Amino acid sequence: MVAGQIRIEDVVKIFRHHDGQETRALSGIDFTVEAGEFVSLIGPSGCGKSTLLRLIAGLEEANSGALYLDGQKITRPDAQRGLVFQNPYLFPWLTVQANVSFGLKARKVYREKKDEVKKFLHLVGLKDFGQVYPHQLSGGMAQRASLARALINRPRVLLLDEPLGALDAFTRMNMQDEILRIRQEEQITMIMVTHDVDEAIYLSDRIVIMTPGPAKIETVKKVPFPRPRARSYPDFLRLRSDILNILNFGGHLEEPPYQI
Amino acid sequence: MDRLKQWRPLGAIILALALDKYLPDSSQHPPVEEPYLTYALILLALIFGLAPLSRRFSAAFSEKIKEKADFYAVFFLFLNLWNVVTKKYCLLPAIFFPNPDRILSVLVEDYHYLFVDCLGSSAKLLLLGFVSGAAVGLLTGIAVGFSKKAAYWVNPIIRILGPMPPTAWIPIVLVAFPSTFQGAVFLIALSVWFPTTIMTASGILNVQNAFFEVASTLGAGRSYQIFHVGIPAAMPFIFIGIFTGACASFITLMTAEMVGVKNGIGWYINWQRQMLSYANVYAGLIIIALSFYSLITLLFKMRDHVLVWQKGVIKW
Repeated sequence: MVAGQIRIEDVVKIFRHHDGQETRALSGIDFTVEAGEFVSLIGPSGCGKSTLLRLIAGLEEANSGALYLDGQKITRPDAQRGLVFQNPYLFPWLTVQANVSFGLKARKVYREKKDEVKKFLHLVGLKDFGQVYPHQLSGGMAQRASLARALINRPRVLLLDEPLGALDAFTRMNMQDEILRIRQEEQITMIMVTHDVDEAIYLSDRIVIMTPGPAKIETVKKVPFPRPRARSYPDFLRLRSDILNILNFGGHLEEPPYQI
Repeated sequence: MDRLKQWRPLGAIILALALDKYLPDSSQHPPVEEPYLTYALILLALIFGLAPLSRRFSAAFSEKIKEKADFYAVFFLFLNLWNVVTKKYCLLPAIFFPNPDRILSVLVEDYHYLFVDCLGSSAKLLLLGFVSGAAVGLLTGIAVGFSKKAAYWVNPIIRILGPMPPTAWIPIVLVAFPSTFQGAVFLIALSVWFPTTIMTASGILNVQNAFFEVASTLGAGRSYQIFHVGIPAAMPFIFIGIFTGACASFITLMTAEMVGVKNGIGWYINWQRQMLSYANVYAGLIIIALSFYSLITLLFKMRDHVLVWQKGVIKW
């Protein structure tokens, strides 16, 4: 059995502010991510997608409802649920290699698993950059290092919070292929928050479309295309316009279609 | 022109040698046993004469001398001016403004007493006070930075006692401690403790929460996060605290030696001042300048080693 199923049961999250006001960040989310699945959470700001990811990571607690990893209740952060932010947050005082080793050392398994470090640096294409400090890396390289740092713990689930949001368009497309390749090799569940519809369709098995006020799941779209996918494939574009319509960004043409 | 530049210091030294030899000495300056200034100038002439030629042996040394050539040249001209104003024409009161020969003679003839007895005593005092103050400061800072409870109890104490100049405690310390030496160690420790504590705590509180979140999703427990995320991330701040503390400890050391401790370089200066032996006072000042300069340089060398990932918080 492949492990890595995330069950989200009627989760409500309310943030209380200093002035006593409350924000309902999530109202009644119920969803299951199957083991080995790639699911994207997409939606406008304020729809609670990042909050949901933080709940899965264990960085926030639900006000009601519960989250489970393979039937085990999630109560706090754990190495089984790796997290990669938009900002790579590499520890600037550690070399790339030491950053990647961090999880092994924190879990006191570094001695047995030393060889993994090289393997994961290689996996993300940074095998020659182990001795470099983070400030010397480009944005894409830093994000690769941060992926390796999360993956070395062999988490059952990798949570990605807009991991490619800060990268330029070409680096971004490269990194998308990179993520797919890593997923193929490591066979883990991935849940990604993104603003980019193309990215969501290109990578995901299913896309969860969320809407704000109240923050809830609007629709779940299956992406039935085999991989590798072509971004200009007609079905791809059709699904894209479907999702944009759901998010009210569809737009409409007054004139007949463009002549190129 | 550029090739001539590196010879400027040598020119200034030769001018100094010539003036020292050919201008008549003033009668108001007491003579010294040996022409120390002449010896020193000859030694300097050798260094600055050989430096431009030493390129093939030590390129770095030769390059450094060349880059700073104008600074050295002006420094030697100043030395020369001082020698002319004091020893040659006695334009300033001889008792308060001794000539370079007198100061050099003190440094050479009292070498053992100055460098072994006085400087040794000061070094012992400073080292004990600095190390204990920095250690306690780090511990307090870490506690205040990580524990709300510690912050609740310790912060008021830091805020009230911290800004007080440690030397204000001298009257109490003199009676509260069995020896003035122990009292002085306490005062020096106190002056290092405050900035180290404040900067360590601020450094830890300023660490972006995301670093702790990342660490916790990588499987790091609370103590691992403190020692492997909080403290390293706060190191630039901690260093500023220790640097500020070091400067404060120098002030405290000097004051403690001048008013209480019966030993050390600060005590020596004060004693010689009372004896109106100003050549000895200047010698003491030169020793202080050179040793504190070395200590701060050493501190920055350690900083560069620890903080290779982040250079240039304070330039030295």
